[in-house]
Amino acid sequence: MPSATFRIWRGVGAEGGFQDYRTDVSEGMVVLDAVHRIQAESAPDLACRWNCKAGKCGSCSAEINGKPRLMCMTRLNQLKLDEPVTVEPMRAFPPIRDLVSDVSWNFRVKMGIKPFAPRKPDAPDGTWRMAQHDIDRVQEFRKCIECFLCQDVCHVIRDHQLTDAFIGPRFLTFAAALEMHPLDTADRIPELRHEHGIGYCNITKCCTNVCPEEIKITDNAIIPLKERTVDRFYDPVTRLLRMFSGKG
Amino acid sequence: MAGYTRYDYDVLVIGAGGAGLRAAIEASAAGAKVGLICKSLLGKAHTVMAEGGIAAALANVDDRDNWKVHFSDTMRGGQYVNNWRMAELHAKEAPARVRELEAWGAVFDRTPDGRILQRNFGGHRYPRLAHVGDRTGLELIRTLQDHAIHSGATVHMECTIVDLLSDGNGRVIGAFGYERERGRFLLFSAKAVVLATGGIGRAYRITSNSWEGTGDGHALAYRAGADLIDMEFVQFHPTGMVWPPSVQGILVTEGVRGEGGVLRNSNGERFMFGDIPANYRNQTADNEEEGWRYTQGDKTARRPPELLTRDHVARCIVREIKEGRGSPHGGVFLDISWIKAKLPNAEEHIRRKLPSMYHQFKQLADIDITKEPMEIGPTTHYIMGGVHVNAETQMSSVEGLFAAGECASGINGANRLGGNSLSDIVVFGKRAGEYAAIYAKEHTPVEPSEAQIETFSREALAPFDRGGDGEGPYKVMHDLQSTMQDLVGIVRKDSEMREALTRLGELNARAAKVGVAGHREYHMGWHTALDLRNLLTVSEAVARSAIERTESRGGHFRDDFPSQAAEWGKVNVQTSRASDGTMKVSRLPIPEMPAELKQVVEEMK
Repeated sequence: MPSATFRIWRGVGAEGGFQDYRTDVSEGMVVLDAVHRIQAESAPDLACRWNCKAGKCGSCSAEINGKPRLMCMTRLNQLKLDEPVTVEPMRAFPPIRDLVSDVSWNFRVKMGIKPFAPRKPDAPDGTWRMAQHDIDRVQEFRKCIECFLCQDVCHVIRDHQLTDAFIGPRFLTFAAALEMHPLDTADRIPELRHEHGIGYCNITKCCTNVCPEEIKITDNAIIPLKERTVDRFYDPVTRLLRMFSGKG
Repeated sequence: MAGYTRYDYDVLVIGAGGAGLRAAIEASAAGAKVGLICKSLLGKAHTVMAEGGIAAALANVDDRDNWKVHFSDTMRGGQYVNNWRMAELHAKEAPARVRELEAWGAVFDRTPDGRILQRNFGGHRYPRLAHVGDRTGLELIRTLQDHAIHSGATVHMECTIVDLLSDGNGRVIGAFGYERERGRFLLFSAKAVVLATGGIGRAYRITSNSWEGTGDGHALAYRAGADLIDMEFVQFHPTGMVWPPSVQGILVTEGVRGEGGVLRNSNGERFMFGDIPANYRNQTADNEEEGWRYTQGDKTARRPPELLTRDHVARCIVREIKEGRGSPHGGVFLDISWIKAKLPNAEEHIRRKLPSMYHQFKQLADIDITKEPMEIGPTTHYIMGGVHVNAETQMSSVEGLFAAGECASGINGANRLGGNSLSDIVVFGKRAGEYAAIYAKEHTPVEPSEAQIETFSREALAPFDRGGDGEGPYKVMHDLQSTMQDLVGIVRKDSEMREALTRLGELNARAAKVGVAGHREYHMGWHTALDLRNLLTVSEAVARSAIERTESRGGHFRDDFPSQAAEWGKVNVQTSRASDGTMKVSRLPIPEMPAELKQVVEEMK
């Protein structure tokens, strides 16, 4: 059986370094299989997150050869195995141990976004009517598996650490799903401009490129939200109207 | 002794899949102070894997549907050993729970007139499954998660409970566990505890379940003195991936068959037509054309035999493989690409209806399902058995201890219909939360005993005391999984299961010596060592219950007793812990079904 070397980040907290592990590889294996094999053979305390092993839960996010990816969906036959495969945790978040980083910030951010607030039901039996074509876009956003790879790759978070001023692509997409939900009545545009820092995004599309669900984060979620923000706050006509109505 | 952080709640919910989230939402809404324990990160629980849909008689697609049809489908699917009251409540309440999800932001696929669309599924007479493509579980868990975080419940992520605290008089008063990230102990005092821990799939080698499915709730309840029932009824889903080896067991949704996918053996035969059970013959198509028309919404057509219940389809697949008509990698063929003979734009249609299946096969197996058949075989998917609960309140036989979802038992009988799990978890998750909150209001907290905490923390740290020189936990777990797979699998017999019990005894001895080295931070070897104990308990319960039931019914098939026996239709097999610590097996008579429900079953035959 052929084998390959995996250069895996080992460490507790910020302290640590890469360690090489050699293990057998077989047809169809993904990086997560290799990590599990190494765990069973030689590193029983190697820490990693995983659940579904089918790209549906978004737990096993890592950086493989420097690219943010799901370990369970990265086939070994897509990688060059004649040199070591590096596997390290998502670097935008504080490290905990080995491949596990502290992603709790993401869960706190979500709490700060106004929840879904539906309009009154359309029918006397308490149900609503929505056309499929009106929800296609929202369904695209709701495919998100919260792997946070988009957050990991975003330079505003990763390099500038603006976690107090910017919610990141995942939560801009989350806000977009709510804003574009045909039943929703809440208004999130003022927060998006102020507290959520949508202006920090300069649409480099790094998030879109790493999304395992292939959600068009930048084009379909962030840019339309930016347009709504601009319409509200910078369009001269609406500014004038706002002055008279006293809103804003 | 080791230190711990203490939390005090009215209601502690253990498990944050659909059932746990729904219970937490309900208990919080009733004014209870709620703690929610999540073994993984929030939103990653096994509910996320559910694909096909949530069953509810909304009658949006076929107006002949109603709770009575759903009830009788569920009872028929469960071979009539279900808790009929649970099946009734489930059928009646599921539509309200689905509508509630929509009110909380879920975005289901739509009918042309803008209502919630419903699809066909095995064992359901009419199109009944509300769905979002083939990622319904994700929609459900995300909707509940996003609702729950504003409900006031406190979420403890990446936390595992090792044991339940009791007051010494048979009441559960909290739980003791550890948080994975730092390995520190947590003590939860609670007036009521809800178990919503899901299944036991990790007891088998080939499974659709994630690492979390180690039967924690089943084992916690058992050790706390609660009765388990129906543990012999394990569901082997007919369609799991078989190739490549690293993806073996990953689920392929029944929705593929609901959309017109067919099963063929290596001779190209649709073998399901050759074996249609008598009690389904009236409802099943006898030719391919009629089956196809059914999947396309023709109300005059009967369903194709591929949509018979999961237990039956799984056994037919095993037979084809055993008799040498399998596919190259030891499965059979599931083909949806053939529908291009019937539909224009079939490839686009498949990608839209089954996007995650398309993605999964393309990425993991280099198979384009719009062009070629998939290779599939049975995979351990679900356990019908679990904690014996009161149908109305979901309280177990232990005071203050409730259970809902997969770790509870009753609704499904001997076999669960696809789509009935997502509805089960919201219907009974709500009930468990509601009644746990009432229980908490009516009872005062009891101070946990230091002695009990001391014992639990000592036991939890024992693998570290034994150190890394002895056997590691992974090998023991693998051997356990092989034992159950080979000896208590889809086709069972007495001698093999007795052999399994012997081996489980040996594995128990090995598990008691398992050691780990290093620190407690995110130490998966340590976690596995602690999960092993639960897996061993549930495996023993499955094996002992399966030995006891000397007939074949639903998910339980005995090679030595291949037919169903009427007298076994009157009892559930119960397992519980005897005072000397051994496992006791007994038969629990099923209460007589009331006349009005009998009449419903009769009408729908």
